[in-house]
Amino acid sequence: MEAKASSGSRKRSTGQKLLYVKRNWQLYIFFLMPALLLTAVFKYLPMGGILMAFEDYNVRLGLLGSEWVGLDYFRRFLSSPDFISYLLNTLKLSLYGLLWGFPVPIILALLLNQIRSVGIKKKIQLLIYAPNFISVIVLCGMIRMFLSPIGPLNQVLGTETNWMTMPGAFRTIYIASGIWQGAGWASIMYTAALSNVSKELEEAATIDGANILEQVWYVQLPAIKNIIVIQFILSAGNIMSVGFEKAYALQTGMNLPTSEIISTYVYKIGLLNGDYGYSTAVGIFNSLINVILLLFVNGIVSKLNDGEGL
Amino acid sequence: MRMQKIGVKRSLSDRVILFVGFSLLALFTVSILVPLAYVVIASFMDPNVLNNQGISFRLKDWSLEAYRRVFADAMIWRGFANSFFYSVTATAISVFVTLLAAYPMSKKDLVGRRFFNALFLITMFFGGGLIPTFILMNRLRLVNTIWALLLPGAFNVWNMILARTYYQSISKELWEAAQIDGATEIQYFLKILIPLCKPIIAVLALWGFVGMWNSYFDAMIYLNDAKLQPLQLVLRSILVQNTPQSGMIADIQSTAEMAKMAELLKYSTIVVSSIPLLVMYPFFQKYFDKGIMAGSIKG
Repeated sequence: MEAKASSGSRKRSTGQKLLYVKRNWQLYIFFLMPALLLTAVFKYLPMGGILMAFEDYNVRLGLLGSEWVGLDYFRRFLSSPDFISYLLNTLKLSLYGLLWGFPVPIILALLLNQIRSVGIKKKIQLLIYAPNFISVIVLCGMIRMFLSPIGPLNQVLGTETNWMTMPGAFRTIYIASGIWQGAGWASIMYTAALSNVSKELEEAATIDGANILEQVWYVQLPAIKNIIVIQFILSAGNIMSVGFEKAYALQTGMNLPTSEIISTYVYKIGLLNGDYGYSTAVGIFNSLINVILLLFVNGIVSKLNDGEGL
Repeated sequence: MRMQKIGVKRSLSDRVILFVGFSLLALFTVSILVPLAYVVIASFMDPNVLNNQGISFRLKDWSLEAYRRVFADAMIWRGFANSFFYSVTATAISVFVTLLAAYPMSKKDLVGRRFFNALFLITMFFGGGLIPTFILMNRLRLVNTIWALLLPGAFNVWNMILARTYYQSISKELWEAAQIDGATEIQYFLKILIPLCKPIIAVLALWGFVGMWNSYFDAMIYLNDAKLQPLQLVLRSILVQNTPQSGMIADIQSTAEMAKMAELLKYSTIVVSSIPLLVMYPFFQKYFDKGIMAGSIKG
């Protein structure tokens, strides 16, 4: 790594580099040091703990003294019937979430862009951004209240269905509430990019007789294409890291067949049951899939997008 | 400001498309508004009315009972105070560390730049995971201290990239001029660069504050001491675990009345706990565009 440390085409000798460091010691000691220390302690030290996934971890014996069990935990997890179910729950939750949730902010931004009155546009934006500032707990509390057998939705429908206990309803609830909370906020980025589209270009297109769909297709979408690509790669790279907080807060004993995802499982077996090694192994498995997916999607998108990935 | 395109008349198909589009937008907006409005109105209901028929617009069905009980509850207040303290300190530390680190990383000729960059980027996608981190925090004796919330997330790589990109948009000649005047990097950073970075600082601070205020996972696993618990954990027991603060309803005799009041209290608790952020964020709105645009440019 150090050999490549010089930037651009200009290669510097080791002596020149040392001189640079000596002259610019403030950059390293004052500016970089706090971040480096925090990263080393809270990000890299725990990576050593990954060893736990391969041993029968015992607090007294420590990380290096505990008995080595090799790939036992991975075998146990991969061969358990629960594995497929948790993996599929995680994948379905994020894939469907991406499928339904990804286009909404883009459509919102394109529609907002069509509003001529600055005042109305600002008011709508203020409102649709608001749910983003509601906490996960409050959102899940609201969902539980609205959907409870005595809640408003049942009052309106005249029924007493308990959706929170229905495994078949969990994903819909999770994804729809996610769009409700996040789509408005996610549209900001696209709105900001659209506001930079040259007005002359839009006017010229109108004068040339382009209808709205043609304007969107030839003028506005190209302007936000890069952001769409970046957002897509990032979302795809996070497919396996479905938020723990929301899934956990929406779980009920009855909806676990669809709501138990890998991160909530890792928490339960690790911290609640104290099965450290097994939990860590499952966690590593999750991270690995994540990294592979990220590289895979980044590769595909780079190809489609003229060599420009993340 | 958009110019009105006077004289250019929309074709029929365009008008149909716009009509459908705006209808969808209106539908979305209403679907955001209705649940929020329902919670606010419901929180002012009489517990019996809310239980029997939902919300009502007759004044005699309204009551401030639930708010009286929420405001009288010590746990809610303590949760507020804790959350406020955690969010302010965590944001201050995090923004400071992130802005500092972004500065050398914004210099293209920094020796070791690629190495540091790789070091930071890896942590965005790979980590030790829950248990190894938990054991480390235990070893460092940070469990049940406020540092368990403040330190692990203090340096955020993504935010560093945003700040770095923002610095790079500021003219290099400023630094050259400052150098000629004999300024050190630290002086230039504090006196010249930082004052120019208000939009990105506002955005990072807002995100930091909101993120800390609204999360509960770290507090749930690291803080067992009830005195240290942030608002979200208090809310979790009321809203998710369905166990109202006993102090809020202890004086009610009948179990049925207690349950009705507990349900009503959920609504008022939501309103009370969500108001601060919902009131605060519009003041930051003017910074959103600039700050977020800076982030959308590749680092």
